[in-house]
Amino acid sequence: MRISPKITERIAKLFLWSAAIFTIGALIFVIGFVLAGGLTHISWSFLTEPILDMGREGGILPAIVGTIFMVFVAVGIAAPLGVASAIYLAEYTREGKVTQAIRFGINCLAGVPSIIFGLFGFILFVVMLGFGWSILSGGLSLAAMILPTIIRTAEEALRAVPASYRDVAASLGATRWQVVTKSVLPYALPGILTGVILGIGRSIEETAVVIFTAGSAVQMPTSIFDSARTMAVHFYILAREGISNDMAYATAAVLICTILIINVSAYTMMHRLTKGRRS
Amino acid sequence: MIKVSIKNLSASFGDKPALQKLSFDVYEHEILSVIGPANSGKSTLLLCINRMIDRIYGSKVEGKILLEGQNVYAIEDVEELRRRVGIVFAVPIPLPMTIEENILFGPRLKGRLKKSEAGELVETSLKAAFLWDEVKDRLNTSALRLSGGQQQRLCIARTLALKPEVIMFDEPCSGLDPISTAKVEEALKELKKNYTMIFVTNNTKQAARIGDRTAFLLMGELVEIDKTDKIFTVPSKKETEDYVTGRFG
Amino acid sequence: MDKFISRLLFLAACSSTAILALIALFIFKEGVPIMAKTGLGHFIFGREWFPLSGQFGIYAFIIGSLWVTFGALIFGVPLGVSCAIFLAEFAPRKWVGILKPAIELLAGIPSVVYGFLGVMWLAPLIRNHLGGPGLSILAASIVLAIMILPTIVSVSIDAIQAVPKNYKEGSLALGATTWQSTWRVILPAAKSGILAGVILGMGRAVGETMAVIMISGNATTIPHSPLDSVRTLTANIAIEMGYAIGDHREALFATGVVLFFFIMILNTVALRFARRKF
Repeated sequence: MRISPKITERIAKLFLWSAAIFTIGALIFVIGFVLAGGLTHISWSFLTEPILDMGREGGILPAIVGTIFMVFVAVGIAAPLGVASAIYLAEYTREGKVTQAIRFGINCLAGVPSIIFGLFGFILFVVMLGFGWSILSGGLSLAAMILPTIIRTAEEALRAVPASYRDVAASLGATRWQVVTKSVLPYALPGILTGVILGIGRSIEETAVVIFTAGSAVQMPTSIFDSARTMAVHFYILAREGISNDMAYATAAVLICTILIINVSAYTMMHRLTKGRRS
Repeated sequence: MIKVSIKNLSASFGDKPALQKLSFDVYEHEILSVIGPANSGKSTLLLCINRMIDRIYGSKVEGKILLEGQNVYAIEDVEELRRRVGIVFAVPIPLPMTIEENILFGPRLKGRLKKSEAGELVETSLKAAFLWDEVKDRLNTSALRLSGGQQQRLCIARTLALKPEVIMFDEPCSGLDPISTAKVEEALKELKKNYTMIFVTNNTKQAARIGDRTAFLLMGELVEIDKTDKIFTVPSKKETEDYVTGRFG
Repeated sequence: MDKFISRLLFLAACSSTAILALIALFIFKEGVPIMAKTGLGHFIFGREWFPLSGQFGIYAFIIGSLWVTFGALIFGVPLGVSCAIFLAEFAPRKWVGILKPAIELLAGIPSVVYGFLGVMWLAPLIRNHLGGPGLSILAASIVLAIMILPTIVSVSIDAIQAVPKNYKEGSLALGATTWQSTWRVILPAAKSGILAGVILGMGRAVGETMAVIMISGNATTIPHSPLDSVRTLTANIAIEMGYAIGDHREALFATGVVLFFFIMILNTVALRFARRKF
């Protein structure tokens, strides 16, 4: 018995639509679940008080500060390094053995699981270089982790700039570096920034790497050599040790809100990119 | 007086030859039209003169190109060469910035400009490109909003802002309507007084209108170069005659 | 000056490869000695993991990782490929604008939140309706499926969109419906790309740590059913690293070596597939 193609089309469509709706539903469920349990516990004092009684009381200010410091270190290292790499790949070379080796490194690095970064950071930064469990060790390890993301988005952004801009700049007497800075970078900037924002997002949500390299001190960090916990780590410890469900939900809610804000900014950045291109 | 001297110029991309042993001179303050069918090497010739061809991977150049007696490959600072020999491309490429910023882009690469200097430079360049009257009230608006013809004249003004000695045009009117084309040609005739120009075109009638002398390139070789009216009425070579009369193209 | 900048940029570009080499170097340096001491065969296939008495066999964890990963693929691949097909071929404009960001948001949610959700909601559900401790392979598979969804979707979409448009047009011109064109022409052509996405997703599932720690139960025995608790390679490293010393610590690094190798192989295979043209 042959089923008519029209009917298979209907069935297939039904299946596909359900997949799509299920996925969206899953997202709404996850966000909703966390916000429902946590939003009620968020208050100004929650965000600004120190961690008390291992997290049963008080707020999460040290974790927020720890997160900010660590992201600063991570992006402060990964962004310049990543953009420079992308500029080299997109503007200064042609595809060949050397670029293949470089790309191999980037692609492999992108696939390394976070726990390996944690082990690596532990051995190199915490132990060998003697930084100890610190924001510095954490930031450096995170930088290594987000580097491939930044390089990839930056390179795409650079390549999206029309080749004619480069020709015009060169024909008007620009050196190679001037071609890059004056007629390419300005137009690739939104794309590059999106990559950086994505890197920030990944740094915030990472837990395994941070625990192994920055420890989990509850005190407010005062320098990058201090140990500190990030919001994600704090949340993990609260949840795993069963310290306080309410606090856990609240911390998770703050995390989710932060990530929502970050994703929305990345999106508006991308939109500005496409708008500026229309003539 | 000879401004540019081409001696035995050959160029190739990988193993594909583009130009074969070209030799001719370009005189000061003249417009030299360069005509020929597609793939005859006209654009490649321009790219060689200001060494833009260096940017293309796999390109090879042999022979000599002399700018006022000096070999262009001997000039240390290729950026300086490109400021002295400007080029206007076939498709207008305004940069996505204001009209003013477009014009000042080149000069600013060399260093800062005083405000008064900048304003003067913008005005002079736009006037010389016959665009001043049309845009003088909106120098701060985006160059992308100009019409095709205006954009092309903007590109000319942009090149003029660097005060070059030679200006090369690579089929600059190919995308323009007749009115815009006429405006561009008007500008060119005025510019002749102060600049030397090489004008590549696919349009033989345009070449006849503009050029003092005309060079005919075929498959990378220079077939004939002479005064324009001679080329178009009593050319010496048969290929030239066939081309200008339209027997092939 | 320009040359100097060129050199600087080249050095920057080499950093990624350099970091990768460093990572490999250090992990191997710490882990290989113990693997040699225990014997590679024993290490990988030994079923006894009693660090305090010097027994290091990671077989149970390998099995745990495999079960959890395959479970994730069973749930995640159909869902992910369907979403990809939907987005690439069937979705109206408006829905693309909803689903695509939604998937990217899913990718942004921290793994610990997923784990938390699993513990708070999914595990009890499984425990009450299907039995077992709840914290199980099944729970981990479901959560991991959602986590690797974005990877599978984005690579599959690229693969589908890379198929030349005239294949589809040719098929439609011969009277096929959109679904028939998709199923018979586009998907087979995009096969290798989609496979690459699946393999990458697999790599991510194997490498996931935090969520798995929270919901897979972490029992160190070999599982017999999807409802059993299990411990993965990653979970083992993370859990015991906090207090491991000496040989024990080295054994955990050695586990890292195994993990590293496995994922490198997966990623290389995936890239190979992604490049293949129909």
